[in-house]
Amino acid sequence: MGPRIVNRTMTEQASLARPSPLAALKHTLVKPATRQKAMAFASLLVLMTFFSLASPNFLQTGNLVSILQSTAVNGVLAIACTFVIITAGIDLSVGTMMTFCSVMAGVVLTYWGMPLPLGIVAAIFFGALCGFTNGVLIAKLKIPPFIATLGMMMLLKGLSLVISGTKPIYFNDTPDFPVISQESLIGYFIPALPIPNAVLIMFVIAVLASIVLNKTLVGRYTFALGSNEEAVRLSGVNVAFWKIVVYSISGAICGVAGLLIASRLNSAQPALGQGYELDAIAAVVIGGTSLSGGTGTILGTIIGAFIMSVLTNGLRIMSVAQEWQTVLTGLIIILAVYTDILRRGKAA
Amino acid sequence: MTSVHPPPLISIRGLSKSFAGVRALENCQFELLPGEVHALMGENGAGKSTLMKVLAGVYQRDAGEILLDGRAIEIDSPRAAQAHGIGIVHQELHLMSHLSAAQNIFIGREPRRGLGLFLDDDALDARARRIFERMNLALDPRTPVGTLTVARQQMVEIAKALSFDSRVLIMDEPTAALNNEEVADLFRIIRQLKAQGVGIVYISHKMDELQQIADRVTVMRDGKTIATLPMAGTSVEQIIGMMVGRELAAMTNEAPDTSRNEVVLEVRGLNRGKAIRDVNFTLRKGEILGFAGLMGAGRTEVARAVFGADRVDSGEIRVRGATVAIGSPADAVAHGIGYLSEDRKHFGLATGLDVETNIALASMRRFLRFGGLVDAAATRATAERFVRQLQIKTPSVEQQVVRLSGGNQQKIVISKWLLRDCDILFFDEPTRGIDVGAKAEIYKLLNALVAQGKAIVMISSELSEVLALSHRIVVMCEGRITGELRGADATQENIMQLATQRESMSPA
Repeated sequence: MGPRIVNRTMTEQASLARPSPLAALKHTLVKPATRQKAMAFASLLVLMTFFSLASPNFLQTGNLVSILQSTAVNGVLAIACTFVIITAGIDLSVGTMMTFCSVMAGVVLTYWGMPLPLGIVAAIFFGALCGFTNGVLIAKLKIPPFIATLGMMMLLKGLSLVISGTKPIYFNDTPDFPVISQESLIGYFIPALPIPNAVLIMFVIAVLASIVLNKTLVGRYTFALGSNEEAVRLSGVNVAFWKIVVYSISGAICGVAGLLIASRLNSAQPALGQGYELDAIAAVVIGGTSLSGGTGTILGTIIGAFIMSVLTNGLRIMSVAQEWQTVLTGLIIILAVYTDILRRGKAA
Repeated sequence: MTSVHPPPLISIRGLSKSFAGVRALENCQFELLPGEVHALMGENGAGKSTLMKVLAGVYQRDAGEILLDGRAIEIDSPRAAQAHGIGIVHQELHLMSHLSAAQNIFIGREPRRGLGLFLDDDALDARARRIFERMNLALDPRTPVGTLTVARQQMVEIAKALSFDSRVLIMDEPTAALNNEEVADLFRIIRQLKAQGVGIVYISHKMDELQQIADRVTVMRDGKTIATLPMAGTSVEQIIGMMVGRELAAMTNEAPDTSRNEVVLEVRGLNRGKAIRDVNFTLRKGEILGFAGLMGAGRTEVARAVFGADRVDSGEIRVRGATVAIGSPADAVAHGIGYLSEDRKHFGLATGLDVETNIALASMRRFLRFGGLVDAAATRATAERFVRQLQIKTPSVEQQVVRLSGGNQQKIVISKWLLRDCDILFFDEPTRGIDVGAKAEIYKLLNALVAQGKAIVMISSELSEVLALSHRIVVMCEGRITGELRGADATQENIMQLATQRESMSPA
């Protein structure tokens, strides 16, 4: 045998690998997303059971449709946020971006009198453009996401007011516009299920987003960036490019939300939008997507969005004052994040 | 070089690199032949990893040239290095813990189907499986790497480097986290690659390993390449001599006998899971107690536990004979215990703030005047006193700490605890990332502190440092104290023996 141990420095000579309790780790690392989703879904069922017992009006078709309708916009925005949050980023501009997109649809349809499809394209295009800008600010100029999108939030709010002259833009020249959100394609075929188109669109977006996240390169990099950006960079992947792509996708989805809300109100309301981003982020977090990135699901986000609208709706039906509804929503968000931290603590 | 060698795969000539004015590499020469395992050795901070990161495109060189097959090449990104067939297994793991093993290996090169729109995860898994088979590694490619042991994660990193069909493979401490069986596996793979003509740069401190696997060795010291020698026929003493550039030191701090001094700190039966197992030790006034051991032996954990930064399962701590309850760092500081963490930037300093604020940070209360206002003049005067006493090199006390060198930052942390009246000080790797000249100053300072009656626990992975400064040395392995050495018993060999005295193995 060669000479004995002669190392002068020992720092880099680590001890033997500690056999870690693999089974336990697997349990905590693989499953949390699934478990959080199951938990979120269970909470949703509990909430619905509670409200239907508390008020006979809750389970009325009309009320359920109104819950669905009110979930649609927040749900779509939350899907947009899910992408960004999985990369360990944050997007505070989704609310006013949505408004900006509906204003741009108004400009194209009402100011310029263009046909409906062009309005739809415009909303989505401007959403993607705003998202692209966010992406460049964050990935190229290295502005922290919180600040970049905060700036963007205010910038877009102002732009919407400037472009619209602070007045709502009505879609009077485009009679088909309300169809996007308010009519029910499903109800046309199955009259017993008058599910508004907005909800249908939300689910279509959800399915598409799910496919993008799980089956495409963008999706893979979305998770990879949130998991360990430095590792992605060292692997020779163009981190800036993919970040910009992720923010652009998120923006385009905000454009869809802009169409939904404008169609529901049959007008682009330029003063609207601020505050929506927080509801969207809350839905994402309740749905089990970690703010520290790397994990998350669209299904969880949709469940999160439903929890929020069921809560709001149920409390209103029980005649709880608006102020208290807000207080409760706040508490729920804190609770959701705290349970996430508890699980994380156990995993570590 | 003798002429029988084939032309070199890689030649590095006159390469230099600085970080923010600090010279990390200076005029480095290095050569790698096809089918060669070339060991790169040197002390911590000698520049091995930096040199290899330049070759792997992580850092850009300031001067010098890199030749591949005799042609000068530019390596301006990790991707460029990969394109040139240069793969690296970094010392720190660079994995995405939420992603599967296969996804990690092929990140950036995902196979696709359906007009390139969709990921082809079946093909991905199959490719990964082929590499694992080549490595004789039983691992499901779909396993999220976050659920793997460190050794397994290391294997995934190696698989990733292999997946590029690299002609040059750099391994930075590849066996640091592997057990004997896994090391044997790795060597089998290395020999296979060697036979295929791959040139391998192997950074390691484990001399016995190098003698098994390496053909040549290049020694680095202080950012310079000192010499390249064939491994066969080169003695360990020769290599070490070149690494340190001086004779090996035995324990030199035999100065005043401290064995009768007052016991200021006594730790009894300290336990925390597997990290700390029945740790007992005493610390006397005016002494430096060295804590030696391998990385992960539990030394930092003990310091953190005594300092109240981590909860313990059981254990008793006595300060000057009185049992104390320490539940938080605040309690520890109240009992005069200070902890200087190994990671100064994260735990010891607010680097964005100035010298003055950092020194006063733990003692703000004493600078408060009427109405809760901070007495700026007193703060400044105190800070300036410490700057003078400890010879902190800074243009002024208003200088941002981040702009100072590692040695001066360390002195600021020391000032902070001295101001707080701490007389039991835990130094965790006090000279990590500090250049040689500044190290000597820190040593002088530590000696001056104990001469003033402070008591110091010094955790260090540099044996020369432990030997030179300590009055007594406690050695840890796997959370236990495996022995205490003093005087003539304190030799490198004895320390290493105790440091590797694992329960599972017979003593080396």
